[in-house]
Order: sequence, then C-alpha cells, then structure tokens
Amino acid sequence: MFFYILKRILATIPVMVIVAIFVFLLLRLTPGDPAAILAGDAATPAQLERIRDSLGLNDPLLVQFGTWMGQLLRGDLGTSLLSNTSVAGMIGDRLGPTLNIALMTIVISVALAVPMGVIAAWRHRSWVDFLVMSFSVLGFSVPVFVIGYILIQIFAIDLKWVPVQGYKSPTDGIGPFFSRAILPSLTLATIYIALIARMTRASMLEVLGEDYIRTARAKGVRENVVLFRHALRNAAVPILTIIGTGFALLISGVVVTESVFNIPGIGRLTVDAILARDYPVIQAMILLTAGIYVTVNLLIDISYSFFDPRIRY
Amino acid sequence: MLTLRPTLKQSRGLAASLMTTAALLVPAASFAQEETTITAVMHSGLRVLDPVITTAHITRDHAYMIYDVLTAVDENFAPQPQMASWETSDDGLVYTFTLRDGLVFHDGAPVTGADVVASLTRWGKRDSGGQLIFDATESLEATDDKTVVWTLSKPFGPLIDVISKQSAVPPFIMPARVAETSADETITEYIGSGPFVFDQDAYEPGVSVTYEKFDDYVPRDEPASWMAGGKVVNVDKVVWTTMPDALTALNALSAGEIDYLEQVQIDLMPILSGNEDVVVEKRDDLGYVTIGRPNFLHAPFDNKLVRQAAMAALDQESMLATMQGDPEYYKVCGAIFGCSTPLGDEAGSDLLTGGANTERAKELLEEAGYDGTPIVLMAPTDVISLNNQPVVAAQALREAGFEVDMQSMDWQSVVQRRAQQSPVAEGGWNLFFTNWMVPEVSDPLVNVMLNGRGDDGWFGWPDDPEIEAMRAEYVTASDDATKKEIATRIQEHVMDNVNYLMMGEYIIPQARRSNIEDMIPSPVPVFWNMTKAAE
Repeated sequence: MFFYILKRILATIPVMVIVAIFVFLLLRLTPGDPAAILAGDAATPAQLERIRDSLGLNDPLLVQFGTWMGQLLRGDLGTSLLSNTSVAGMIGDRLGPTLNIALMTIVISVALAVPMGVIAAWRHRSWVDFLVMSFSVLGFSVPVFVIGYILIQIFAIDLKWVPVQGYKSPTDGIGPFFSRAILPSLTLATIYIALIARMTRASMLEVLGEDYIRTARAKGVRENVVLFRHALRNAAVPILTIIGTGFALLISGVVVTESVFNIPGIGRLTVDAILARDYPVIQAMILLTAGIYVTVNLLIDISYSFFDPRIRY
Repeated sequence: MLTLRPTLKQSRGLAASLMTTAALLVPAASFAQEETTITAVMHSGLRVLDPVITTAHITRDHAYMIYDVLTAVDENFAPQPQMASWETSDDGLVYTFTLRDGLVFHDGAPVTGADVVASLTRWGKRDSGGQLIFDATESLEATDDKTVVWTLSKPFGPLIDVISKQSAVPPFIMPARVAETSADETITEYIGSGPFVFDQDAYEPGVSVTYEKFDDYVPRDEPASWMAGGKVVNVDKVVWTTMPDALTALNALSAGEIDYLEQVQIDLMPILSGNEDVVVEKRDDLGYVTIGRPNFLHAPFDNKLVRQAAMAALDQESMLATMQGDPEYYKVCGAIFGCSTPLGDEAGSDLLTGGANTERAKELLEEAGYDGTPIVLMAPTDVISLNNQPVVAAQALREAGFEVDMQSMDWQSVVQRRAQQSPVAEGGWNLFFTNWMVPEVSDPLVNVMLNGRGDDGWFGWPDDPEIEAMRAEYVTASDDATKKEIATRIQEHVMDNVNYLMMGEYIIPQARRSNIEDMIPSPVPVFWNMTKAAE
C-alpha cells in the first residue's frame, strides 16, 4: 500500500507538468490582452504596447514559460497582472469559503442521499422509490441558480431567518458562518443528493440480489443490519467514487452558486481571472484544480480497500 | 494551499455545527451593520489600484476616495480650487499654484510642491490631455513647499479645465516617492491625502475594499459641488463589496444588508417598487453615451460616404430603447460633447437623430460604389451594456444594403482585436460599439475619439488633419465663446466625416436605503457629504 501511494504521488509530477505546459500554451493562444484590461478603454495602442513590455507579455513564449516554471519551483505562484498582489495570497483568501461550502454540501448530501438511496432500493418500485426517483430527476433538472433564488425568497426575504448573501468564516463565529452557508450548501446539495441517491439505489439494487444477502436474511439477520452492514458496504465503491468526484467538482465548479449568494470563492476568482486574462491567476487555478482532482482520486482509490477488503494494491 | 491548515480546523467545527441547525438560524435583524459604516455595491470589483495607469471607472472612483486633486470641476463645469489656488500670468504662459494649509498624506507627511510636480509629471505621460499640456510645457517646478510654477512655451487655454476634469484620468496627487514609479508600471503604495484612508489589510481584489475616514483631512469651507468644495466625511467607514449577480444585490439592498447600489438594471427595477425603505433615483442627469467606432484603415469605412450611409441607416431611438427599455432613462442626442454640457451642440446631426433613413443610406452606398464588402461587426456577449447595440445595428445596416458579418466574442477578444490594424481578412475589423461617461467626451481634448493623428490615435485610427487643426485652435482659445465656436465646428465636422457614430445618451439609475441621504448628485459616485441615519 505504501509503495502504491508513493508511486501514485510520484505519478502526479508528470501529470502536473503536462497540465502546466498545456495551460500555458492554451492561454497564449486564446484571444485577449491583460494590458488592455489593465489600461482601460481610452488607452492608445502605443500605451498598451509599453504596458505589455513592462508586464513581460512581449517576451518570447519560452522566456515567459521559463520564468513561470522557475517561480513554481521556488513555490511562488506569481503575481496578478491586474491587482499586483500575490496569487498564492489571493487563492488562500478564496479557498476557505469554497472548501467550507463544499464540505457542508457533501455532508448534507451524504447524510440525506445515502439513506434515501438505500430505502428506495429496499422498497423497490414502491411509492417511496417513486418519490426518491422523482426528487432525483427534479434535482438534476432544475438549474442551480433557480433553486438558489427560491431558497433566498423563502428563507431570507419572506421568513427573514438568514441573510440574503455573503460569507463569514467559522472563525468569525459558528452562527454567522452557518446562517450564511446553509442556503448555498442546500442549493448545491440538491443536485448531489439526486446524484448520490440515484447511484446508491442502483448499486444497492445490484447487491440486494446477491446470494449472500439472501443467506443473511435466511439466517434471520435483522433487516437494517442486512441493509447497512452487508449490502451498503458492498455497494460502497461506486458511491464513494461519485462522492469523491462530486467533492472535486464542488471545489472547482460552483461559480454560479458563489455568484448568487455572493461568496468570494475560487470559482469566481477563476472566472474573473479568465475574463480579464489574468494569466498567473488562471494558471495557478488550473494547476490547483488538477491537483485537487489527482488528490481526491488517490484518496478514493485508497478508501476502496477500506470498504472492500478484496481490493489490494 | 496556504490556508489549508486553518481551513481544516474550520471544517472540524463545521461538522459540529451541522448538529445545531435550527438553533443557529438567527433573525436577519442581528446582521445590522454599524450605523457609521456605509456598505456599497459598486458597478464592478476593484482590481487595479493605480488611477494613472488605467482609465477604469472603478479605479477612478477609488482614487477619489483616497487622493485629492489640485483643482476640481463643480456642477457648472467650472474649475474650482481644491488643494491649491492658482494665478495665471497675463500672457497665459505661467500658472502659479499655491497649496492650501493643512494638507497631509495618510502617513502624516505634509503635501509639498515636490509631490505635486511628481504626480503631474507621471499623469502627463498617460493622459491624452496631459500629454498635450506637457508638449507645450517649458518647465514644471516646485519653487518652495507650497508653490508650484508651471511655465509653458506656448499658451494652453484649457490647462485648468484639463487638470480639473473628473474623468477619465484626473491628476491625483500622490507622495513623490510613489509618483516616481514609471507611468507604464503600477504603483505599489496607496497613500493619498484624500478624505478616506485605504485599508490595505482588508482589501481583497475584486471582492471587497474598505475605506476609513481620514481624521486629519481638512475640508474646504465651500459646500461640496461635484468634485469641488468641502469633502466633509460623515461616516466612519465605507465598504465596497462586489456582487456579480444583479438580483442578489437588489435583494441585499431590500433586506438592508447593503446601503447603496451604484447601478440598478432597469428590467429589475419593479422588484424595488413599493419598498419604502429603498429609493431609486438618477444620481445625475449627464449619464453615458453609446457610440459606434468605424475602422478608417480598411474598406468600406475608409470611404466617408459609406460612413455617412451607416449613420443614416442607424436609428438612435430603437438602439436606446433596446438597451434601456424605459424612455425615462435614455435620450436621443446628436451632440458629440453631450446634450447637457457647455460645449454640447447638435449642429448637423439631423441625419443621426431623425430616425433610420434607409433610403438615404442606400443612395449614399450607391454613390460610394459600395461593392458588398462584408462589414465585420464585433459583438461582445459578456458585457450587459454592450450586448444590444451590435444586434440592432446589424439589422439596420442590412436593411440599408450593407453586408454584415456580426461576430460574437467576449469583451476581452474585442479589446484585443480592435487593436489589430491588419486587413479584415487577417484578423482586422470594421466596427465596434462602446460606452463612455458624458464627462469623458465633453470637450475636444478629453474625447479620445476626436484624436485625428492616425496610427497614434485611438482604435479606428482616422487620419484627420482638419480635426487636429481645430483641436490645436481649441488649445489656444482663451475665452468660453471662442471654445464654444470651435467645438461647434468640430461637431459639424464629425457629423460630416463620421469620426464616430454617436448613438445617444442613457442613464443608469442608482438605489439607496432611505436612511442614506445628502449624496452629491455627481457623475462620479462620491461618499463625502453622505449621511447615514439610524433605521
């Protein structure tokens, strides 16, 4: 196991290098000019050219790439072309809100979706199953911003239970944090509840038809033990995969929810950086996202052997 | 990655917090802000902090918070002393500025003549009006701590007008050590002598910026008027927070979570109607202009008759109605300097303001021998205020007989492509639309679209010696009547030569909580004078 993990960690190095090269080249091939955003609408072409010079954007691509790689090797993600602030600092400020919302979303999703999926499989083709599957279709189908606006209207504007928007860190107090994080987490959770419940149901249906389940029931094992100890554990591998990739997706792709609830997370940072062609920020964000995916996948693979002892590395 | 450790700590607390959901749903009233803090949502997030290197409005607005200016224009477009009074020699060649007492930077250092000289010099390298003044400058020096003498080699009548302008780049005064930064590099220290202090620790680019009242600021005695007069600060703190979603911002204002919203989308205004705690209003009557810029380098817009045909084909009313919807918030206007400005004159604009004249456009195209060369019209899709103009224009131009190739792209692609002088087939372009604040087009020196210096001018690059001669004449004009007469000639010339397509004026309303009062009705949103009463 140890060598497997070591091998997987070492394998991330070429992955990250390839991502870095790809991102760097792709950005330079994309139309856009950070100098034009920096200088504003009234700048003349000559002024833009001088700013490009000062930002190093007129250097040969190899020189620019070499400079960036040199910075990365020193652990420096560079400086934003627009705000002239450290990219690492910007990401550090924005990572907390996104991570906390993602964690809360996953906790809510798993807590609700796994029992829903298990019960739906247990009562296959009953009204419960129909209800869970209907919710699942609805969760997939309704756009996330619509759910967000509906929740805001009900809980923030009509009932006035929570604020409309904004984010507070848990270090500012668990109450302020929770009251602002609950609606975006519920909004995001809708789709993940649908996804995980559906996957849990499908996986459980397959396992519940196995001989060992029939044997357990024949031995008189209680039904909840059959369901949650025997069946769910054996059905866990695909569910874990969905939860893990869902978490990675949450971290990298919640820009709409961040906008609707005004959460200063990394989704908005990435989109803003792309719109402004702020190359150092975009490059760092894509590297970070790639790193998150690689890490999450590694953790999922390791967790397989915990839930399914037949899997050994 | 840097915050991974605290974040994990936070997430442990998070798990516990999930157990106490109901107990923690606290009433919104408990989120009320301190009474002396104004929370505002501006038109965009602040990312660039150097007001000289960029013409971005949000950076200018930021600069007015923390910097002061030597002279400033009041609501009558008249320059007034702000940090300094001035005297002009009889021959108009020497301007002597005297700094008023009590001016100090936020680090406690007094503002000196050396700071003024360094700031004006850096500004003069970036601003088009400033460049013209420095072209006519013999020397600019601080003769003592409080006196600056600006000596010209030839008269420059509008010098005080240019340094008093409120947009796009006013000459903000910084400490000399900051102003000595190259004009092509951004400054890294943000210290001014203005009425608010920038809180660097609280600054999150594009997210939030905090300003605290500068206790040592000494306002002028005169009442505040636009950018001039006494900048009396009545609150302890102003926080600008960025909200990318317009509906969220409106909801936050309705709920009292923010105090001020600089721009309200007109189609969302009904949401606020009936809310007695919110006031929706026009901050000023000048507003913005929307314009189309043809490329003079390539066919077919290298032909004046084709440009005139485009002008005849377009209809201001339909374009503005599509943009704004409510006639309360737009105005058909043929004055290139704006319809409500001292130089504004609609002379020669009948073809522009009389509605679409498709027949006249067809005649002009035939006269020009237009051969059906497609016009590449760049259409940005990610800027709400620029979405509609290309669509309306494309249809009107097609009806007049133009072949139009409307290419959708993001604004970043527009700004890169519009800088390309290459032929259209090799990545060039023919036409794009953009918007300006009226003060940014209100005279021949600040209006960059009137630059007729070809390759050295603004995108579109008209080589127009006639307009350059009139601008040079304007520079030497010493009285208002002469300036007005020259401006009218420029207006008539632009209507004939179609340096750009003036497509009318529009206003974006603002909204505030009803307890926010005494905001100055200025084109630039400012936070001095403003008061916040307890709700």
